[in-house]
Amino acid sequence: MTALVLRRLLVAIPTMFFVIAAAFFLMRAAPGGPFDSERQLAPEIEQRVKAAYDLDKPVTVQFGLYLQKIVTGDLGPSLKYKDKSVADIIAEGLPTSAVIGLTSMIVALGLGVALGVAAALRQNMPQDYVVMGLALIGVCVPPLVMGPLLSLVFGVQLAWLPTSGLSRDQYSFRHLLLPVITLALPQIAIISRLMRASMIEAMRSNAVRTARAKGVPEAGVVWRHALPVAILPIVSYLGPAIAGVLTGSFVIESVFQLPGLGRQFITGALTRDYTLVMGVVILYAGLILLLNLLADLLYRALDPRVRT
Amino acid sequence: MSAEDAPILIAPPGEIAAPANEQIPAPVKGRSLWDDAARRLKRNPAAMISLVVLGVLVLLALLGPLLWVHNVDTIYRDRVAIAPTWANAHWFGTDAQGRDMVARVLFGLGISLMVGVVATFVSLVIGVLWGATAGYLGGWVDNVMMRIVDVIYTVPFIFFVIILMVTFGSNIFLIFVAIGAVEWLTMARIVRGQAITLKHKEFIEAARASGASSWRIITRHIAPNVLGAVIVYATLNIPVVILAESFLSFLGLGVQEPLTSLGQLISGGSKYMDRAPWLLIWPGATMFVTLLCLNFLGDGLRDALDPKER
Repeated sequence: MTALVLRRLLVAIPTMFFVIAAAFFLMRAAPGGPFDSERQLAPEIEQRVKAAYDLDKPVTVQFGLYLQKIVTGDLGPSLKYKDKSVADIIAEGLPTSAVIGLTSMIVALGLGVALGVAAALRQNMPQDYVVMGLALIGVCVPPLVMGPLLSLVFGVQLAWLPTSGLSRDQYSFRHLLLPVITLALPQIAIISRLMRASMIEAMRSNAVRTARAKGVPEAGVVWRHALPVAILPIVSYLGPAIAGVLTGSFVIESVFQLPGLGRQFITGALTRDYTLVMGVVILYAGLILLLNLLADLLYRALDPRVRT
Repeated sequence: MSAEDAPILIAPPGEIAAPANEQIPAPVKGRSLWDDAARRLKRNPAAMISLVVLGVLVLLALLGPLLWVHNVDTIYRDRVAIAPTWANAHWFGTDAQGRDMVARVLFGLGISLMVGVVATFVSLVIGVLWGATAGYLGGWVDNVMMRIVDVIYTVPFIFFVIILMVTFGSNIFLIFVAIGAVEWLTMARIVRGQAITLKHKEFIEAARASGASSWRIITRHIAPNVLGAVIVYATLNIPVVILAESFLSFLGLGVQEPLTSLGQLISGGSKYMDRAPWLLIWPGATMFVTLLCLNFLGDGLRDALDPKER
């Protein structure tokens, strides 16, 4: 296990370097800069402001300086928000994104696995068709449509739930419900389809036949013998699922007007707030690497075959 | 087509030495991999219906804007944001600027399909070349190439697409390239895996042993066997790309006026959904049907081309 963690850390370094370099140089290649505004600055003032942020130096030099800084854990000041560091802005947006993202992942995993198992155990029966039909709809209705539609029906027409206005300090169930459902739905659909397929396969395996022959009760067969094997593809799907939730959260935050990181990233990219964009990219890339490692460790813990 | 020409999983009969003096039977019409697949596909009603619906949608997207009574960008100042009605043939209503929604949905569908197909093609070309090279050459080249794929794989693609769109301004060609350039990774992995398995298959060895040239092996044996997986992946990738483009449109980074896409229409419609829900519902429904059909067709093709998967 230590070997795996070490190997991953070794791969993580070039990965992070690649991510940082690509994002850095692409952002610098974008036309315009953070200090272009309606109000034209006097050239000498603009020069002074740029010098203060090292923006007057060649891009490669800036990159070197930036690397030196982030190695010490300093993401630098925001170029757009006065008196705020990138770390401050991230600290403001992260809780919202994390609450929505984590809840969606938990809901998606719980419901997806449960529905998939239920469908597999009643393969080719009406229950199976209903679940798989719903799953297919879940894959095909984009969150862009589902989000506004849900908020139209439950927020505007029925007026049961608020459509926006989640505030930063209080995460009420009512405010979270619609965004979480919208974000989780595509993942529920994918996970339940995956789970159904692998559960059907597991139920046909020799291990399950042996367990039945030994006289293990059916519930024991499902819980102790089939499920631990069938869950493995879901564990390896965790990485892509995390990326999917992350991508979805960009849209969800816009649809439901949530003050999360995704919106900060987009505003940052559009206003050329270089340091903010870089900070969010570094945070998410690091998070994905870490979560992928955790998923791999979980996989090894569950599947004795890959333990060496 | 004779049995000799058909790509089959065992060495073509011509390459097996026939025992002397035994009468060689008249060539039987061979059933190729593709005949088999077509037969299996035809037995799948969901996939066949999807194929027909998709065909209709493609025709509508191609011919609709030419034949429909309203133009995509004609503005009817006296008929702004009217609900769907038979009058004046505004079947899907008009938008907030007074443009006919049927015309816009058909046009947007065409652009969305085009983005899906072209970006998938871009990812296909990169992915197949990358994967085939890595798989065929093997060794350290394979190692380096696939580690690069691993590295890019962990990068959340949405960041890079957004940064790319911001950097180069959004135009439709960049959308093709940007989405294509991040979707090729899975393709490369699939093709590499296939290339490695096939390299060591008995029928390839048999063909080589009986003196078939490399060219013949690649075109007759390797290509048809890889092609199946490529077609399946491409079909299932088109809806992914269409969704990705709609994400970008929603964030204001997708195709720009005067072009429009389903994603663009949906994000526009969601702004007016409490007053004019048809602006969200029609493009949304069109996109739903398109994605549903592509998924059904992709699943059907997978079952047809790779029966082992089932």
